[in-house]
Amino acid sequence: MDTLYIIAITIIKTAVYFGILMLHVAYATYAERKIIGHIQLRLGPMVVGPHGILQPIADVVKLLFKEDIVPAKVDKTIFKIAPIISLTAALSTFAVIPVNKNWVIADINVGLLYVIGIAGIGTYGIIFSGWASNSKYAFLGGLRSAAQMVSYEVALGLSLVGVILMAESFNLTEIVNKQTEYWYGMFLFPQIIAYFVFVVAMLAETNRLPFDLPEAETELVAGYFVEYSGIRFSLFYLAEYLAMFSMSALATICFWGGWTAPPILIKAFPILEFVPGFVWFLIKVYFHIFLFFWLRGTLPRYRYDQLMAIGWKVLIPLALVNIVVTSIVKYYY
Amino acid sequence: MQNKGITIKELTVNMGPQHPATHGVLRLVLELEGEIIKKCIPHIGYLHRGIEKLSEDLTYVQSLPLTDRVDYLSSMVNNEGFCVAIEKLMGIEVPERAKFIRTMMAEMARICSHLVWIATHALDIGAMTVFLYAMRDREELLEMFEMVTGARLTVSYPRVGGVRCDVNNRFLDKLYNFIEKFPKKVEEYETLIDRNRVWLKRTKGVGVITAQEAINWGLTGPTLRGSGVYYDVRKFFPYDAYDKVDFEVPVGKNGDVYDRYRCRMLEFRQSARIIKQCIEKLPEGPILADNALRIRMPESPLKIDKKDIIFEIYIEDKQIQEFIQKFTEVYASVEAPRGELGFYIICDDSSKPYRMRVRAPSFVHAGVLPKLCEGSLVADVIANIGSIDIVLGECDR
Repeated sequence: MDTLYIIAITIIKTAVYFGILMLHVAYATYAERKIIGHIQLRLGPMVVGPHGILQPIADVVKLLFKEDIVPAKVDKTIFKIAPIISLTAALSTFAVIPVNKNWVIADINVGLLYVIGIAGIGTYGIIFSGWASNSKYAFLGGLRSAAQMVSYEVALGLSLVGVILMAESFNLTEIVNKQTEYWYGMFLFPQIIAYFVFVVAMLAETNRLPFDLPEAETELVAGYFVEYSGIRFSLFYLAEYLAMFSMSALATICFWGGWTAPPILIKAFPILEFVPGFVWFLIKVYFHIFLFFWLRGTLPRYRYDQLMAIGWKVLIPLALVNIVVTSIVKYYY
Repeated sequence: MQNKGITIKELTVNMGPQHPATHGVLRLVLELEGEIIKKCIPHIGYLHRGIEKLSEDLTYVQSLPLTDRVDYLSSMVNNEGFCVAIEKLMGIEVPERAKFIRTMMAEMARICSHLVWIATHALDIGAMTVFLYAMRDREELLEMFEMVTGARLTVSYPRVGGVRCDVNNRFLDKLYNFIEKFPKKVEEYETLIDRNRVWLKRTKGVGVITAQEAINWGLTGPTLRGSGVYYDVRKFFPYDAYDKVDFEVPVGKNGDVYDRYRCRMLEFRQSARIIKQCIEKLPEGPILADNALRIRMPESPLKIDKKDIIFEIYIEDKQIQEFIQKFTEVYASVEAPRGELGFYIICDDSSKPYRMRVRAPSFVHAGVLPKLCEGSLVADVIANIGSIDIVLGECDR
């Protein structure tokens, strides 16, 4: 009975979490179009509903009803599985991400490792789709993403080691709790190098500008998903946005103190204590999401070899230096 | 390459003719080894409309609208080039006012064309925002074209012997205001891309062509000047009012994508300077020469067979007839936004050219692509195509 109860609760939790998450993703696409629109002196979507507020719903309906084309010479099984792998991996990361105190589906003790591990699986979806599409552009896109993700996952993982050293735990809730012990309430300040490495690697992991080489529109047309259409195409899109959210959430938890406000801020303005935790969390997450959009509106794209050079010659050494410095400081204080 | 039964072969990628970054319908066959280009073969001809052949069946006046379609991004300069050639052939002296108006309009077209170039070039490299900024400013210029000529893109405004209609003060005021603000806008693009590390990394040292090679390949315009060669038709063989205005020709140094980009960015400012001077110095007077080519209806159209109702050029002037007998062929070139646009015309005693040949800079520049691309990476192809600024309409004609 007890087990059944836990299972039922978990399913309900997951369903609610999933529903809210999907709503956020849908409106992140809307926000992206609006924000980039205004950066580029346009209005963005304006037709469906007031200020285009219903645009994401219209998009979903359109994508659902579009013909799902499977080209004749593709490897059908892998072609069909690839977007599902991407999406599943992107969704699974959210199982361990706490939104508020105790608002988490699975509070496991290796949460951070789990997130990085699962995010790595998403790469397979991209490589598979590039290979199975039997298209040269998709193939090049798949190859690029394989190289890119492998090298940037190293930087991403190493940048988080500093945080782990400071928090003395892999559990995401623990990491957040540890940050509240400091008066500034964030690992952002002692781990500023790690945060920089993390943000750059995060952009590369999610294939966003300036590192959107696997789908480089002007070179590879659309990269790995060039042969996809309809709902399968939208699954890739969904996975990309979910990855953005999970990376932003990770940045928020590891560097920005998660759902807590800095103690010094609370001391200065006691009224802030009544702001619910998830509001802080969402503000911090959406700051990162905005960062993604902002960079997309501003920066050109790196070249493949330059991307690799940045990953191996700049980010990884920086992350290693950070680990060494953090360890030394930790050892003596 | 045979290695333990594994065959390694190069990947042949067909880039274009439908591709978001080949600026129209250029087709490149790339042989790749990984990301490195081993061989690059440009294929052209997807936009061939036979403009040169068509003009053999049309009178000199009728050919003019065809030249709009040669390079549709700067139709004004094409018209001008054609008119300059015919005027040279027939010895028609263009009135001062018309010369200044033409110069002004040609520089407007140059700005327009360069705006499309910076927009697409930046978009290709991934900076989306510049595209819309440039299109915003181009819109203003197109509106001004519309004010004078009634058309936005294919203007057919210059005439052999002058221009079609006069400009009014409202237009001049609007243009002057635009030109006053324009250098600030160019700075705006530069803040977005020129001070951007990513942009510099993508353009510096990419697609290098030395000055000697550039001359040997027959490059002209900003693509040549990026390599450090000081050559500009406007300075060396001045036409229209270019010898009466003061301007500089920006020259690059290294001949890479960045220097070509830099040249065009500086040309924006020089064009603005020329337009400003043209407005200030614009003389009063007629806009069409007395002996300009005019279209004459047959004496009484009703009495003639339908097939004979052809508009003939009215060449009554003795002087012109003498000229045509004296010079049976003529070459005249203008500095189009892309390079030296030349018209080579052979004429016989009829009112139609025997042969018209357009020396299109885009054609020459498309030929140099393999030289620029081979050995570089796939992403550099895009940067190179952008930096030589080709228009396939002009390339294929």
